[in-house]
Amino acid sequence: MTEEARPTRVETVTAAPETRSWVKSERQIRREAELRRRTRRSVSVATASTLLVAVTVVVAVTASPGWPRVRETFFSPTAFTEALPDVLRGFLLNIKIFLVAEVFILVLGLIVALVRGLRSPVFFPLRALAVLYTDIFRGIPTILLVYLVGFGIPALQLQGAPADPVTLGVIALVLSYGAYVAEVFRSGIDSIHPSQRAAARSLALSHGQTMRYVVLPQAVRRVVPPLLNDFVSLQKDSALVAMLGPLEALRQAQIHAASTFNYTPYLAAALLFIALTVPMARLTDHLAARTARRHLGGGGRA
Amino acid sequence: MSLLKIDGVWKHYRGQSVLRGIDLEVAPHEVVCLIGASGSGKSTLLRCVNLLEAVDDGTIHLDGAEITDPGVDPDEVRKRIGTVFQAYNLFPHMTVLDNITLAPRKVHRTPRAEAEKRAGELLARFGLADRAGEYPDRLSGGQQQRVAVIRAIATRPRLLLLDEVTSALDPTLVTEVLGVIRELKATGMTMILATHEMEFARDIADTVCFLDGGVLLERGSPEQIFTAPEHPRTREFLSRILGRL
Ligand SMILES: Nc1ncnc2c1ncn2[C@@H]1O[C@H](COP(=O)(O)OP(=O)(O)OP(=O)(O)O)[C@@H](O)[C@H]1O
Ligand SMILES: [Mg+2]
Repeated sequence: MTEEARPTRVETVTAAPETRSWVKSERQIRREAELRRRTRRSVSVATASTLLVAVTVVVAVTASPGWPRVRETFFSPTAFTEALPDVLRGFLLNIKIFLVAEVFILVLGLIVALVRGLRSPVFFPLRALAVLYTDIFRGIPTILLVYLVGFGIPALQLQGAPADPVTLGVIALVLSYGAYVAEVFRSGIDSIHPSQRAAARSLALSHGQTMRYVVLPQAVRRVVPPLLNDFVSLQKDSALVAMLGPLEALRQAQIHAASTFNYTPYLAAALLFIALTVPMARLTDHLAARTARRHLGGGGRA
Repeated sequence: MSLLKIDGVWKHYRGQSVLRGIDLEVAPHEVVCLIGASGSGKSTLLRCVNLLEAVDDGTIHLDGAEITDPGVDPDEVRKRIGTVFQAYNLFPHMTVLDNITLAPRKVHRTPRAEAEKRAGELLARFGLADRAGEYPDRLSGGQQQRVAVIRAIATRPRLLLLDEVTSALDPTLVTEVLGVIRELKATGMTMILATHEMEFARDIADTVCFLDGGVLLERGSPEQIFTAPEHPRTREFLSRILGRL
């Protein structure tokens, strides 16, 4: 090997630097083999310990005295297949609630964040209102808000006020999540270095143009992972609308469970929620990792 | 008539006076270099001129009109002033071309094609013709700073402010940026530069101003300031920074 490599290496050294070619050295080959060996060893150790934990859990659960009953009430295949079509139909309503709410949440959150960023004293009342809104609605548990909006607004008997439980549920979710998302947007806006604003202002861009062309595009990119995080939990919280009665997944599962005294429909609903949130969570991780890489890699910008 | 006229400008930060009654006139096509120790107020003075900071006293006139009047729209003033910062401050989410054409298109309402044509010409003139589509973080510091200069002059400002535009650069990259500034002087651009590059100041300035603790202590031709400074503080500063005199 060395005998063969030597003539090549002499040749490459005498050649001009830009035409020099790389021949992997003996040492590098050994180094890489050692690294591969170590990786293989850690992977097998990790796999073995994971399997051990999983098997222990399964054995402990199935050996427990209550297991036969639990298997009957939570893992009944017949109850599962019976409930699934209805639960799935209900779940489509969850997705609809989620999608509609998400659009309004983004709009509301962005507006509130922008209002909080206005600096002129003229806007003090608006700014105060935005602060009040975020403070109040972040403090109220979402489920409580669903009750308050869902039963409170119809009780007012206002002309033209929505009475449809799905609409009311969406309003409650939008109010609750809008406050969180406003804070996410605000933190993104605040994370943009003031020198970017100074550069934009000294190019004579107005406050609005500075926001629109310079600050927001950078801020939004940074907050995509936390926003997706909030939307994972919004997907789950779409089930809170069940409290108001519409036949979404949780409500359908409740109906089936009540008529059969079997809880497997809840498991079906849970699986559907997982099927939706897991891909979203993976996407969030992926985007977060990409953002982190960009921030580490992009030196020389201020 | 002078292009820029600064009269008795004061600036305080938290009770501390950073500028103490600065008077300075800049004629069209004149290049003024501000020198002085760190913290002497060079950046603050430049920030007052483009209205990023409000003066606490005194007046500034641009083209004969007062710009420190509360009724003046700062954006109208900034349209006529270009600024280049020490840390380039390019917009990282935009290509070089978009960085340069943003203000011409959105502020000066230049049609896109025309703005891009001018940007292309400027890039070519400063040796960056092939970089128009790159993002700033793919460029070297010297290239980024040259783009920042082009961005500042793309709107044909009356006055260009440059704040230590070479201090963030490797010595090998300083020359290329200084070359750009030299070329701008040749085209007749009026400039005020805050700088620590004494050789360069000596070479390019028509007037050198020495700031000390917020006071414009001494001004004169580069010859006079660098060979026969009158004020002992100027002499002390120069001997410290040049290691001679
Ligand atoms: N935004 C600010 N808030 C408070 N103090 C400030 C602010 N900006 C500048 N200063 C102070 O004003 C003084 C002058 O600062 P300035 O940046 O103008 O100096 P400089 O001559 O540009 O210095 P350098 O050569 O280090 O850039 C310093 O003492 C600084 O601490
Ligand atoms: Mg400075």
